[in-house]
Amino acid sequence: MNSEIIEITLRSIYVSGTATLLSATWSLPLGLAIGLRDFYGKRFVKGVFNAFLGMPTVVLGLILFLLIRHAGPFGFLNLLFTPLAIIVGQAILITPIMVSFTTSAVESIDPEVRDLAKTLGATEIQASLAVLKEAAGGTLLAFIASFNRAITEMGVAYMVGGEILVLTTAIALQRDMANIELLLTLATILLSIVFAINLTINLIQKRRP
Amino acid sequence: MRPFIELKDITKNHGDITALDHVSLKVRQEEIFTIAGPNGSGKTTLLRIMAFIDTPTSGEVHFNGVKVNDENRGQIRTKCTMVFQKTALFNTTVYKNIAYGLKLRGFSKKEIDERVKDVLGLVKLDGYEKRLAKKLSGGEQQRVSLARALVLDTELLLLDEPTANLDPKTVSIIEETVSRVNRERKNTVVMATHNLFQAETITKRAALLLGGKIVEIGTSQEIFRTPSKHLASFARLENVFSGTSRILEEGTSLIDVDDGVEIEAALRKSGKVSVFVRPEDIILSRKPISSSARNVFKGRIVEISDLESVVRLRVDAGKQFVVQITKRSFNEMQLNVRSEVFLTFKASSVHVI
Repeated sequence: MNSEIIEITLRSIYVSGTATLLSATWSLPLGLAIGLRDFYGKRFVKGVFNAFLGMPTVVLGLILFLLIRHAGPFGFLNLLFTPLAIIVGQAILITPIMVSFTTSAVESIDPEVRDLAKTLGATEIQASLAVLKEAAGGTLLAFIASFNRAITEMGVAYMVGGEILVLTTAIALQRDMANIELLLTLATILLSIVFAINLTINLIQKRRP
Repeated sequence: MRPFIELKDITKNHGDITALDHVSLKVRQEEIFTIAGPNGSGKTTLLRIMAFIDTPTSGEVHFNGVKVNDENRGQIRTKCTMVFQKTALFNTTVYKNIAYGLKLRGFSKKEIDERVKDVLGLVKLDGYEKRLAKKLSGGEQQRVSLARALVLDTELLLLDEPTANLDPKTVSIIEETVSRVNRERKNTVVMATHNLFQAETITKRAALLLGGKIVEIGTSQEIFRTPSKHLASFARLENVFSGTSRILEEGTSLIDVDDGVEIEAALRKSGKVSVFVRPEDIILSRKPISSSARNVFKGRIVEISDLESVVRLRVDAGKQFVVQITKRSFNEMQLNVRSEVFLTFKASSVHVI
């Protein structure tokens, strides 16, 4: 395997992994808050996130491109055609997945768990974390689904990544070059990453608690 | 005596529903206090407010002389804990369930290990540390819940129907543990229950909660020994008879409850009355006994219920009476269904409802 393939593979894992972690910083608290609290318009908010689950990646890529291109409102950030642009784009792309999955996972937990934690001396934040811990299975699923969506998407990476190749954009490029062998290698790597991560998570879940 | 926890004019609304309606209550330090009432009377809501996981719509809560507000609620909450009716457990081992509150309080691993071991012994679950809490039986799960609360040794322990739907063995373990802990650690216990027998046996004072209102408050004796209309409205009282009473020359009353049964009661009341005789106040014998008791009836056993330490018998003596005797007495008298027996009780054991 040549060094370029390794570089593209590692970049893909790095970009999508970072995007997943970045998204988690706002998606997990958001999912937790929506799942735990009853507020006016909750169903609407959940509906909006569900609707964005099917967001076409190329449309999101286009919106981001318009925003961060040199003449765009965020052009001064010089993000266009950088790995960071792909990371931010993918983080936004997977936000609805992570929020929806986390909300469902939290809502499936007995509401008394939060009160239980509080009666045992937990603060509001500690009690919320106790619920999140109980919902670990569902939250883990949110991470897997989000990472899988990020690493397999192409629209965002293509629109804002330019010549910075990740596995999906590299596959598209090799198709144009009709390099079947390389094409199959890249596709196999992409599938292997997705399956390996799913398998590992399944094994971890089986060993809990 | 200064109350340990005091509720002043508490009202709690859930939307249009008033769960608690101007409830005022004082619980003394180191006592076991019962809140009795039917399902939906507001017992759980009241306990949740006392546990500081719910806030009242209006009214004040004072904890050990301090008015509870948004600033001190979190801190005061660490001084009490609650065992829920529906057993709530973390999806992990028994050890981690019990250790949770201790970890929050910053105990060392060694201290946590010791405390968990001790408390598991207290609820008779020695060696259960590594078991998955949610895989245990209902009774064992409730004992884990109790252990998790007891291990914190809080000043106030709140128990919401701690023995509902549990087997008699688990019930007695939980009751014994609560009584013992209260006696030895001198913490204050508030227990919600609809089990009057339990309320009377392990608590000294009680309140009756009906429709979100406190309708009676006093010693367990006052409330449960001489049942009121309030208690009779939800409690399944046994040996309740209605009939016409006439006052006798001796100053007592004779109540004709139909079917040829007349009950003499130490009261002066004529006309329609409803009376009640506690099952444990009736002496059961194979032969008539010579005593000062004014009521003696001959009947036959029609039903036998084994309740672990005691046996409850239903005896047809024209009217059906429920009698409670010890298992030993039951065995010694060699009783069976259809056995002929005599029932004896004093006129002073007959209470008007």
